Amino acid sequence: MSLDVVPGVVAVVLVTAVTLAIGTYRQRFSRTTSDFFVASRTVRPGLNASAIGGEYLSGASFLGIAGLLLVFGADMLWYPVGFTAGYLVLLVLVAAPLRRSGAYTLPDFAEARLGSRGVRAACSVLVVAVGWLYLLPQFEGAGLTLAAAVGAPRWVGAVVVGVVVVVGVGSGGMRAITFVQAFQYWLKLTALLVPLAVLIVVWVGEGAPGPVAATDTAQWSLPLAAGGGAGLYATYSLIVATFLGTMGLPHVAVRFYTNPDGGAARRTTLVVLVLLGVFYLLPPAYAFLGRVYGESLAAAGRSDVMVLELPRLVLPGVGGELLTALVTAGAFAAFLSTSSGLAVAVAGVLGQDVTGRLPLLGSRTRLDGVPAFRLGAVIAVTVPLGVSLLVPDLGVARSVGLAFAMAASTFCPLLVLGIWWRGLTAPGAVAGLVAGGLGCGGAIVTTFSPARLSGWAGVLLEQPAAWSVPLAVVVMVGVSLATRDRVPPHAGRFLARLHTPESVRT
Amino acid sequence: MSESRPARPARVRVTGPPRHVRPGTPRPPLDDSSTLGGVYLGSLLREQGRLALRVLGLLLALVGSLPLVFHLLPGLADVQVHGLGLPWLLLGVGVYPLLVVLGWRYVRRAERNERDFADLLDERRG
Repeated sequence: MSLDVVPGVVAVVLVTAVTLAIGTYRQRFSRTTSDFFVASRTVRPGLNASAIGGEYLSGASFLGIAGLLLVFGADMLWYPVGFTAGYLVLLVLVAAPLRRSGAYTLPDFAEARLGSRGVRAACSVLVVAVGWLYLLPQFEGAGLTLAAAVGAPRWVGAVVVGVVVVVGVGSGGMRAITFVQAFQYWLKLTALLVPLAVLIVVWVGEGAPGPVAATDTAQWSLPLAAGGGAGLYATYSLIVATFLGTMGLPHVAVRFYTNPDGGAARRTTLVVLVLLGVFYLLPPAYAFLGRVYGESLAAAGRSDVMVLELPRLVLPGVGGELLTALVTAGAFAAFLSTSSGLAVAVAGVLGQDVTGRLPLLGSRTRLDGVPAFRLGAVIAVTVPLGVSLLVPDLGVARSVGLAFAMAASTFCPLLVLGIWWRGLTAPGAVAGLVAGGLGCGGAIVTTFSPARLSGWAGVLLEQPAAWSVPLAVVVMVGVSLATRDRVPPHAGRFLARLHTPESVRT
Repeated sequence: MSESRPARPARVRVTGPPRHVRPGTPRPPLDDSSTLGGVYLGSLLREQGRLALRVLGLLLALVGSLPLVFHLLPGLADVQVHGLGLPWLLLGVGVYPLLVVLGWRYVRRAERNERDFADLLDERRG
């Protein structure tokens, strides 16, 4: 280990230590099962919004977007725009009713709305599937970050994140995680903002040189994927996946139950829009500076770590190393917070539906709330960690995009129809979930196989959301209409509860 | 107070009935049965639904139309504003304040709809 990696190592150790310290300090306030799962539903909008921002801004946002912008240009701007606009869609369609439903996880909501164990089981499987699909790139990205920052082998970053998440989530649950994640939003913002300010000062001091035009500028400045009509389809498909997928991400949905009431859920979401908007101003600025100083990284195929390397390239010496250390700390916080949020969501479902139902070895009792949650957390992290170690190079940004497409094709129709349409039935919901899940999931599997299709067929499979979401909606509505006699008797009362303001509740 | 200083004009009460529920007020159940509360609730649901559709429509028209616009008029991508390309200005900067404003207006309207609903119920119940 040479001397110039010391700041990076110190940064990673500090972030990890502070994360665990806040988590275990707050653990003293985390006593009941309700604390564990929903922080006893008492989190104020400002704190909750910081926590949502901290949890939501994953490594893909922190590192990936700037790199994608550098290489592919303006059409990649749709990722941050979609990640933010997804919260506006969530705000107007589901935020307050979801909170008022009084359920904790997406499967809880489905069961309460439709009164069916079958729908619950389908949702549980999908929560775990989407959660794991989203956790994979987190572990992979953590490995890449530590490799770039301190030259560690790729598996080290993934294992460190996995262990910290299991310890943090398992010891403090949701209440502890809320404070950790609020801290991590501000850390991530600082870790991008401070180096950027320094880099811009240096850039202006050098007379504001223009970009080294090595990339194809006509395609680079066009906010559309390449390929004419197919490119237009791919761009719209990404828009559908991100605008509609956000509401269906398990770690996002769980956060809404920690609000005190429906009005607070709305205001929290509004603050989240502000926090995300501020954060996403930064990656394009990095991409712009990357075009000036970092063309060598793009040429070497290392655009994923451009944000980490740029301070060193612009500012050789101790200053650059310190800035790189700060960015490394932010990137590591990004992987930790998103992984923690996903682990809480997946562990919540596993704890309720799997580990909480298993009889204990050699006894007739079953695991109750908190131990079942802890065991669920271990499983939630171990499986994707193992897969990411066995199958490296899945592609960080693409996996995240597919997780959004999967959530948009399954949970989005279920939530929107469940909240706004009385006529939804359990068979309709299951049919729609299966159609969307199999359609989108099947497309995902084909893109990971070595024989990839080209042309329109390839684009349709690589960006399935634009057809798999309408498919799920049509099937869900159609089967519901065909099974009209199965509309749950309490549907009207349940919808009334979702839309009635708390001030007139009996 | 006003009796002691008769020179002042008499106060006119302009406030509505109290908005917040006093604890202990008996309430009929609020569901979709044929009660008046149910009718009000139906109108609240439609009102909130229309509001959501309006906001989503604006989002679609202002942001969702951009790929199509740039597809049909690719020349727009070369327009420079203060040295920044138009797509970067719109999608990298301008879209975020727009999203916040849309969200802010939605929250205000949705809360007003709910207050109107609560007022209606209170009026009916005295």
